[in-house]
Amino acid sequence: MTADLDRIWRDEWGRLLALLVGQFRRLDLAEDALADAFEAAARTWPRDGIPANPAAWLLTTARRRTLDRLRAEAMAARKEPLLVVDARTQEEAQRAMADPGDGPAALTDERLRLVFLCAHPALAPEAAAALTLRLVLGVSTADLARLFLVAEPTMAARLTRARKKLAVAGVPFALPSAQRLAERVDVVATVAYLAFTAGYAPGSGPDVVRAELAGEAIRLTRLLRTLISPYDDQHRSATAHLDALLALMLLQHSRRDARVDANGALVLLPDQDRSRWHGDEIDEALTLLGPFTEAPSPHDRRTTEVLLQALVAAEHAVASSAALTDWRRIAGLYAVLEERAPSPAVRLARAVAVAEADGPQAGLALLVDLDESLPHSHRLPAIRAELLCRAGRGVEAEAAYQRAISLCANEAERTHLIARLAELDSGQPRGR
Amino acid sequence: MKYLVLIAYRPGGWEEASDAQRAEWMDDHNRFHATVGSNIVAGEALAGPDAATTLRHKDGQPTLTDGPFAETAEMIGGFYVLDAPDLDTVVEWCRILPKGYSLEIRPCISMDMSA
Repeated sequence: MTADLDRIWRDEWGRLLALLVGQFRRLDLAEDALADAFEAAARTWPRDGIPANPAAWLLTTARRRTLDRLRAEAMAARKEPLLVVDARTQEEAQRAMADPGDGPAALTDERLRLVFLCAHPALAPEAAAALTLRLVLGVSTADLARLFLVAEPTMAARLTRARKKLAVAGVPFALPSAQRLAERVDVVATVAYLAFTAGYAPGSGPDVVRAELAGEAIRLTRLLRTLISPYDDQHRSATAHLDALLALMLLQHSRRDARVDANGALVLLPDQDRSRWHGDEIDEALTLLGPFTEAPSPHDRRTTEVLLQALVAAEHAVASSAALTDWRRIAGLYAVLEERAPSPAVRLARAVAVAEADGPQAGLALLVDLDESLPHSHRLPAIRAELLCRAGRGVEAEAAYQRAISLCANEAERTHLIARLAELDSGQPRGR
Repeated sequence: MKYLVLIAYRPGGWEEASDAQRAEWMDDHNRFHATVGSNIVAGEALAGPDAATTLRHKDGQPTLTDGPFAETAEMIGGFYVLDAPDLDTVVEWCRILPKGYSLEIRPCISMDMSA
């Protein structure tokens, strides 16, 4: 029973929420009512059996709850700001809900509208990411708090502020114009990747990987890819962007079971047990990347950035062992990426690749100008330390490790750096 | 819905601009007016912050001081009040205005004065 309801939750939440939002124009009421409906289902379905049309049952229950709450608010003379929903959409939503039929008839692209509502540039990216996961995928506030590493009341307040901003500022529950679609998809993609990276490599706290959040971000990206297809331009720019993004996420995600050892300690890429990488996800990613390499065509800057990162990740994925990694190719990809979208992070990654291909001194040369751009990064001194170590410059390496340790906020990474420093001090550098 | 669009820019921009630049800015505003039309409820260019006077009450007494109420890097140089169905429409319109502007877009709310 619970498994059934969970499945229904995952599959139906976004769609049902969108219909409620379309008619009642209230995010808060829609969420509460739908959550109540699922609760009611959890109570009554084990007793009465799963209804023939579970989604319709949930929607009807939620609708009733919403009407009750609205009546109560009217009596208390409270007026909450309403979302901008054009009259036609409202009518469609109302009709869709009133007609049980074989299943709630779709409001045109209700979920896509919801995505563009929450992943809107008028919201701060972190708030947009949390709200999108909440509204489109039904991730609970408690889970979001845990995944974004904040207290639950903090996350609840963040979501409330975001909902309020959308209503008061008049962000519409609508699809962007064809002219603006690629731009807005860009924003959604940024939101999805933000959610993904929050799960993949959190900046602080003890966990190395929080696979759940990353998995939800992937689910969101998949959904978006499916929904956007009919609206894409003739060059399929939005789909291309999302294909590249999904490939990148899948490749990074595929390594999740190898990133931590049995004790929860961090395992770096070269040392990971590649048999624990998820081959099916890698295959899917490579299939997505195929068309990009077979028939290369010009893409906008953002897509190119994501694509290059995905191609780097793919190089790692196809190497059956660390020693067989084509570092020269990776260094070349980073060089192109640095040209198109220069950033200190890209320079760092390129330095690592160049060091692998051409030796530590070559890598160190690329790190020379970076201190100003990355004053608080622990990664810069950490990488420098590693390369100095390989170059036999132990004294400088030690200083760099100390600096990295002092700057590192993530416990798992910190533990790793302390261990490396200890190895260095004990005169037993790891063979490479 | 009514929106206030506050226009801010670096002081001296207009004075230092070439004729060609000023013409471009005027073009932008003309296109804005042509596009937005009667949805412009109000709009004015403002004299610079040097011409501003601020009124506050101190110790119960109204006090005037010379200058704007906030000294900021950017000065407020003008405003529009627009009537639009949603935020995305306002943003679309605002993109027509000169690129050197910082535009704060704020929804107007209705205050129930009768209660």
